[in-house]
This record gives sequence, structure tokens and C-alpha cells, in this order.
Amino acid sequence: MTLLWIPLLSLLGSIISSMTGKLTRNQSTGLTLLMPITALLMTISLAPAVFSGEVIRSTFSWIPLLGIDIAFRLDGLALLFVFMILVIGILVIFYARYYLSSNDSMPKLYAYLMLFMTAMLGIVMSNNVIQLWFFWELTSISSFLLISYWWHKAEARNGAIMALTITGGGGLALLAGLLLLGNIVGSYNLDIILASRDIIQAHDWYEVTLILILLGAFTKSAQFPFHFWLPHAMAAPTPVSAYLHSATMVKAGVFLLARFYPALAGTDIWFIIVSLTGLTTLLFGAYVALFKHDLKGLLAYSTISHLGLITLLFGLDTKLAAVAAIFHIINHATFKASLFMATGIIDHETGTRDMRKLNGMWRFMPYTATLAMVAAAAMAGVPLLNGFLSKEMFFAETLHQQLLGSMSWLIPVLATIAGAFAVAYSARFIHDVFFNGDPIDLPKQPSEAPRYMRLPIEILVVLCLVVGIVPNFVIDDILKSASFAVLGGYVPEFEVSLWHGFNLPLLMSAIAVSGGLLMYTQRHYLFQFHASLPSLNGKKLFDNSISALTKWCQVKINTIENGSLQRYLVLMFVVVLFFAGWPLFEMNQLSGQKPLTPVDVHNAMGAALLMIGAISTVIWYRTRVISLLMLSVVGLMVSIAFTRFSAPDLALTQLTVEVVTVILLMLALFFLPQNSPKESSSMRVLRDIGISAGLGIVIASICYALITRPLESISDFFLANAKTGGGGTNVVNVILVDFRGFDTLGEICVLGIAALGIYKLLINLPLYIPATDSEGRPWAKERYPVLLASISQSLLPLALLVSFYIFLRGHNMPGGGFIAGLVTAVAFILQYIAHGSNWIAERLTINYRKIIASGIAIALLTGVGSWFFGRPFMTTWFEYFDIPFIGEIELASALVFDIGVYITVVGSTLMILASLGKLTANEPANAPSKEVNI
Amino acid sequence: MELLYASSVGVLVSCGVFLILRSRTFPVVLGLTMFSYAVNLFLFSSGRLSLNQAAVLGTSTEYADPLPQALVLTAIVIGFAMTAFVVILAIRGRTDLGNDHVDGQVPDTNNHNNDNNNKVKV
Repeated sequence: MTLLWIPLLSLLGSIISSMTGKLTRNQSTGLTLLMPITALLMTISLAPAVFSGEVIRSTFSWIPLLGIDIAFRLDGLALLFVFMILVIGILVIFYARYYLSSNDSMPKLYAYLMLFMTAMLGIVMSNNVIQLWFFWELTSISSFLLISYWWHKAEARNGAIMALTITGGGGLALLAGLLLLGNIVGSYNLDIILASRDIIQAHDWYEVTLILILLGAFTKSAQFPFHFWLPHAMAAPTPVSAYLHSATMVKAGVFLLARFYPALAGTDIWFIIVSLTGLTTLLFGAYVALFKHDLKGLLAYSTISHLGLITLLFGLDTKLAAVAAIFHIINHATFKASLFMATGIIDHETGTRDMRKLNGMWRFMPYTATLAMVAAAAMAGVPLLNGFLSKEMFFAETLHQQLLGSMSWLIPVLATIAGAFAVAYSARFIHDVFFNGDPIDLPKQPSEAPRYMRLPIEILVVLCLVVGIVPNFVIDDILKSASFAVLGGYVPEFEVSLWHGFNLPLLMSAIAVSGGLLMYTQRHYLFQFHASLPSLNGKKLFDNSISALTKWCQVKINTIENGSLQRYLVLMFVVVLFFAGWPLFEMNQLSGQKPLTPVDVHNAMGAALLMIGAISTVIWYRTRVISLLMLSVVGLMVSIAFTRFSAPDLALTQLTVEVVTVILLMLALFFLPQNSPKESSSMRVLRDIGISAGLGIVIASICYALITRPLESISDFFLANAKTGGGGTNVVNVILVDFRGFDTLGEICVLGIAALGIYKLLINLPLYIPATDSEGRPWAKERYPVLLASISQSLLPLALLVSFYIFLRGHNMPGGGFIAGLVTAVAFILQYIAHGSNWIAERLTINYRKIIASGIAIALLTGVGSWFFGRPFMTTWFEYFDIPFIGEIELASALVFDIGVYITVVGSTLMILASLGKLTANEPANAPSKEVNI
Repeated sequence: MELLYASSVGVLVSCGVFLILRSRTFPVVLGLTMFSYAVNLFLFSSGRLSLNQAAVLGTSTEYADPLPQALVLTAIVIGFAMTAFVVILAIRGRTDLGNDHVDGQVPDTNNHNNDNNNKVKV
């Protein structure tokens, strides 16, 4: 349980800090710091158990069917990272309080930083790889938000997009890799995956899985050739660079290497890919860093180079390489974060980060200069500092590896060269900025930074020194337990100490230091050489490929999506035709085993009428009134078909809906042109006939194949339980209001939404009301025939009575809320037709929207009601009562639900028709028809 | 009878699809309505065809499958709502765009077959 609290606290911190906008800076910082400090104390309390070899776990079931849990796990490696994330996070938040200017929104930065902290904690503590991936993506997103913190700057926006594209793309590769891994092992649980090394490495998918996961790691850790996003991410505020882009987020990639080391490492392909990528990145980064004039650019490439070093270590096939890698992760985080913070101070106090302008800062800020120099010395690998120790270990391991066969000696040589470059750029950082003459037109007069702005750097620099001088004293426990986790249960004997005697690694260090210093003194030649090289611009390459991709997509989209709905429909139907038709050709026999029933004359007549109606609709489609009448013939035949084939409820529904539909379409015809122009070419008509005939044949075949096969239905359950469980004998109605009541609730909601949508569409509709019909004849003067008016009026109570009867008997005989609602609606519509909507409006003020809402509310509340009886949502209740003179009567909660359905149907149907019908009540324009003549 | 039923569904599908592929909104609405008849009949038939076996308990010894019936019943009502929505959309489109072509504008190339060739620019 405690484990869950660590990321949860930091998430809470994110929410809290986002709400501190009204407070002072100190209050905001204090409140924000509260949560990570609590989390840190918790972690410290858990540490002894982890040091003693225990793995603390905490699991909550989430989607058990997919094997996805919310699972946390704290072992040595996770503990190390949690410490790093929390400690550096706390320092960075503290530092940012002094760094941000009064124009910058502090709550925003803090909220994003804490969100990032949550994501990072989630990655390192996840015990489920899908969950790990989720947090992985969350770091990409929060990194995006943080880089674009100064969103008004173009470079910040571009840098943020680039970082998101590269790390997000890598994240997708990682997801694919993790899914494959989960499939190989049969579980997404990290414990199980880490224990399945043999299964994974023997599997055919091992190589693919490995490469996908490595892609995720390499993009995140800015390994060559994906490194170029990192320098552009430096557009972020410096606290962000210190936290995300040197100490933690870019370490997520190497964390991944460490995390899956027990399961994936040990094969030749791992060693080759990981070590060569690391080596290239190490050299490339160290080389480019020397030539950067921007302080943060220098530090960014140096970070890339150090990440390469760590990656290389994970790719070496020696015993202690992984231990050295972990050690260097700690060391790099401490000295690089402090260097970034020092750079932040320099930038803050002078207004520039350009090393060509910054000179002689020692005189202005001796305190910061001392701190920065110690950290830079650690970066260079100078003895007495932590960077020296891990670099010595690194050199030692390069000597022991056998990676490249007889050419293995190349690796220590290249490592020494990279070391020399590291010394050279560190020397440049120190000498160029703090000495080397006087500053050249600085935007601000430099001075020492505020006292507390230096505090985080002091803490980190002290750490560098302490680890560098008495390593065993400080980091033995955590290094051992982290190595224990990475190496999968054993730790080789090792001792981190300052003095190993005169040996080869010491010689390599000495060569690197002296070579680096020599290189720095001769840097003018190097700069000239570098300037003569063709520039390899990663950003340009990235921009070009992105714009090429966008253009390509645009062209494709324009080809497919040309704005013609007609065309989309054709494409869709062709696709349907293909995919629905294809399986038919693979079937052996269309007709099934069920014996066919003979054709009788009624059915034949009905079918003939239906087909004639359908075909006539098509033939006369350009004369809209006729085709509408033909369509209504089809609808009537469909309703007769339902009667014939034992579906009285459907027949009733179809009949009433048919009436309403035809009235609606008639009304629509008033507002739409009454004729369709002939505009399709013969070829197009032929094509459409082909498509529609094909689809008809395919659907008919499927239908035939379906109904000639025996039925295995789940309906026996409904038939058996309708009376006993639902209290009704009309099974269809019982299904609607009881068994599948939740569906019905959804469906009346759809109905209500459609009606409201229509209401909205008709608001402020400037209609063209034609004065004449299509042939120029004026409309009949007598709009409301007297005969119809008087008959309909006397019919209304009768119709309402019928609908009431249909409603009541619905539970036991054909009928129910839907049908009764439609009958009621038809009765009212008849009044509208006979009298006009003005006449109705004078007598009946109904707000149909309220009716719809109350109908849905009644249905919903009936469902909710069952909660008060301790039952699940929509549990129904019924009981029989004996009432004197009337006899036995059944009362069921389903009846109330059906009332809701009834009201919604009445409301929706009337709203649709009345809203449209009301528009015709306006006097037709006497002016020449505004109708567009086509 | 099964063959007759299936062919009727097929004819409805064909006519519906043909109308849906027309270029003016009203035939498309007619086509959609016809298509939904076909779909309802198709879904209904997944309970197989049976005569005189309405699923009302106590009226016969065997019953037609009530489940597809219940599904189709709501489908009919919702189908009406959708038809209504499309019709109103067509009216709105006609008003706002000035024509009743499904693409929102009358393509110039297709007009050579017009009965009256005096096109109105919209």
C-alpha cells in the first residue's frame, strides 16, 4: 500500500501546485515540496528492507482478463531511481523558485514538474510492463509540456514537437516490443518476465522484440542517431533541463536497459547493438560538445556522450560492466544536474549563455564558479570526485571485454579518446566562462546569485565530493542492491575505492586528462578543422522528413477524400461488397439442412407486391411524390410480413412508424424540390446498378444461408423466465422493459437526442417556402378541410383510448410503450394536419423537450429505484393484487419504465413532426418563388 | 418460402443501395428508409421464419424467437428517428447551401444531361 502512495503523493503534488496561483512564491514552493518530501521519507523507511534483499510489491487488479494490473514493485534498481527522482526533483523545485522571473507562471511549471515526477516514479516502480509503458508515454507528454513552457518562443515549440515525435515514436516501438514480450512469456507481469530469460531468448521473436525495446530505450536516452532532439529540448527553462534532460528522463532509456538486463541481455545481438550504439554516441557526443558555444548546448552533447557511455557499459560482456553503468548513472545525475543549475545561474545573472561573450566570471561570482568548477571536474573525471571513480571502472571494463574478437583493443582506445574530449570540453566550460579575459558586451551586469539559489548546487557538489572520496561509506548499499536487481540475483565481488594502485585504467585516465588539456590549448586548430567539415544537421533532416511525410499524406488524403459524399458511398459499398461477398465463395453450399417451407399464395402475393413497390420506387424516383407512395407500399408489406411471420409487436410498430415516416417525408417534400433532375451519366447509372445488384445478391444469399440453417438461440431463457421472472406473457415486451431494459433506456435516449438535434437544426431556419408546386400551380386555398377537421376531432379520444389499451396490455399481449406512444403521436399529428399548428398552439401549450426529458427521467428513475431495495440497477419487481370489482391486477415496476418509454416516444415523435410542421404554418410567400431552379 | 423471403430482402437492398447512390438528398432518404426495411427484415430473419407462433406465452406450443423481434422493434423506432434527422438535415442543407445535392454543390461536369440547361449558380 505504501508503494502506491509514492507516485500518488507526487500526483497529488501536481494537483496541489496547480492551485497555488494566488499564493506567494514561497508558499507555493513550500506546498509543492510537501508531497515529494513526504514521499522521500516513505522511501527512506522502505530502504532497509530493500537493502536486505527484499522486493516490495503492491498489486491491485485492474483488467484481469487482459492481464493488466496496477502493480508496483520496489527492488534495488527501482529504489536507486526513486531516490534520484525525488531528491533531484526536490532540489530542482527549490531552485526553480529563484530561477523563474516574475512573469513566468510558477504553478504551471510546478504542476508539470510534479506530473513528470509521477510519470518517472511510475516507470521505475511498475511491475506490469503495460503500466510501465503508460508512464513512459506520460514522461514524453510532460516533457513536451515542459519544453514548450515558454510557448511564445518558436524554438521552444519546435523543440517540444521534435522531442515528442522522437520519444513518442520510440514509445510506440516500445509498446510493440512489450506486447511481443508479453506474448512470448504469457504474462505482462515484470516478475514473471524477468524470470523467463531462457524462454525469451530461445523464442523466434527474440530479435524483433529486442530491437523494438531497444528503439524505445535509445530514442529516450538520445542515442545516436536519435540524439538530435535533446539539444533542441534545451529551449526549456534550465530547471527542466537539469531535471528531465540530464538527470532523470533521459535516464529512463538506460533504466529500461537495466530493467530488462536479466531477461534480454547476454546474447551476441544484445552486446553488438547496445555496445556499438553506446560507443558511437559516446564519441560523437564528446566530439560535438567541444564545439558548442552555447553552455547548455555543450552540456546537452556532454549528456548525450555520457548516456552513450552508460549504454556502452550495458553492452559490454564483462562481469562488472553493469555495476559500473549503475554507478555512472548516479554520478552523472549529480554532477550534470549541478552543472545545469550553475549554467542557469550564469544565464540568470548575465543574460546570455554564449561562451564567446562569457569570460572572466570568476571575479563576479566566485561562489558559483567554485561550485561549477568542482562539478565540471567531476564531469571530466578528475580524482577525488565521483566522476573519476566510475570512469576508472569504465576504463577497466573496456579492457576486459572481448566484444570485437581480435580487434577488441579498439574499444579502450576509443574510450580514452572520448575521455580526452570530455576533459577538453570540461576545461572549456571552466576556462572559457570563468577566466579567459573579460566579458564581451553582456546584456546584464553580472553579480553573484541569491544565497538560496546556490543551495541545491551546494548539496549536489558535496555529494560529488563525498562519493568521490569515501565511496564505500555512502553508496555501497544502494549500488549493491541495484546491481543485485540488474544482474538478476547475484552481485560479483567488487570494491569501489579511490586508489587501486598503478594500473592500466589509471594510465588511461592520465592520458585522457593530459590529452584533453592539450586538446583544449590547441583548440583553435580543432575549431578550424571542425568548421571545414560538412555540417550534419539533424534538425534539418528531421524537418525535411516531417514535411515530406505531411505532403505525402496530404496528397493521399486529397486523392481519396475529394469532398464528394457520393464517391465515399460508392467506395464504401464496393468494400462491403468485396468483404461480404468473398466468404460466400469459400462456402461449399448455400442452403442449410433445415427443410424448406412451401410457398403459399398469400406469401407469394405479399412478396410480389413488396418487390413491385421497391422497384417502382426506384423507377419513379425522379418524380418524388410517386416514389414516396411506392415506398409506403413497401413499408406496409414489411409490416404485413411481420404479422405473417409471428411478430405482431413488430407489425404494429412498423405500421405506426410507416404512417409517421410518410407524413414526415411528405412534409419534407414541401421544402425540398419536388423533382430530382436527371444528372447521372449512363455509365454511372450502369455502375450503380452493378454495385447495388451485387450487394442485393450477396445479402440475399447470406440471408438465405442463414434462415435455412437450424437455429441455436439463447431465447429459451427468455421464454422460460418471461412469466416467472418478468411477470408478463408477451416475451418481446418483457425483453424490452425487463431483461434488456438497459438497452431500451439507451435507445429512448437516442430517440430523444435525435429529436433534440432536429429541434436545434430547425431553429433560425430561413426556409424557402414555395408559393406554388413544381408545375407552377398555386396551393389550394382551403388549407384545413372541414370534414377532416371534424372527424379527426371526434377520433382523438378514441385513438387515445386505443393507445391506452395497447399500452396496458403490452406486458401480456402485443403492444407496449413503443407502440402506444406511436399511436398517440399519430392521433395528435392527425390534429395538426386537420387544424394546423396555430390552432393546436392556441389550445395546447406543450413543451416537447420537457416531455422527452421527463420520459427519460421516469425510465431512469425506475432503474435507479431498485438501488433503494438493495438490488442492482434496473431490477424489476411485480406483484398481483386482488382489487374488488376489478379482479386480479398485476402491478410491475416494468410498467413504470414502460411509461417512461411511452412518454419519450410521444414527445420525440411529436417534436420532430410538429417542429417541421410549424414551419409550414407561415404564409407562403407571394413574391416570386425563391426556390433555386435546377 | 425461404427463397422468396431472401430474394425480397435482396431486392430491397438493391433498390435501397441504388437510391442511396443518387445525387439528390430526397432519393437518398428514400434509399436509406428502404435499406432499413431490408436490414430489419434481415435481422428479424435471424430468428428464422415461423408461422402462427407469436411469442406470447400460452397462445401456442412453440414460439418464434423473441430476441430478434425485441431488437428489431427498437431498431424500427430508432430508424425512424434517424430518417427524421437525415430529412431535417437535408432541409437544412438545402436552405443553407441553396441546393439539394448530397455533395453540397452541383458539380459542373454532370450538368450536361439536365432537362433545362439554364443552371443557376449557387
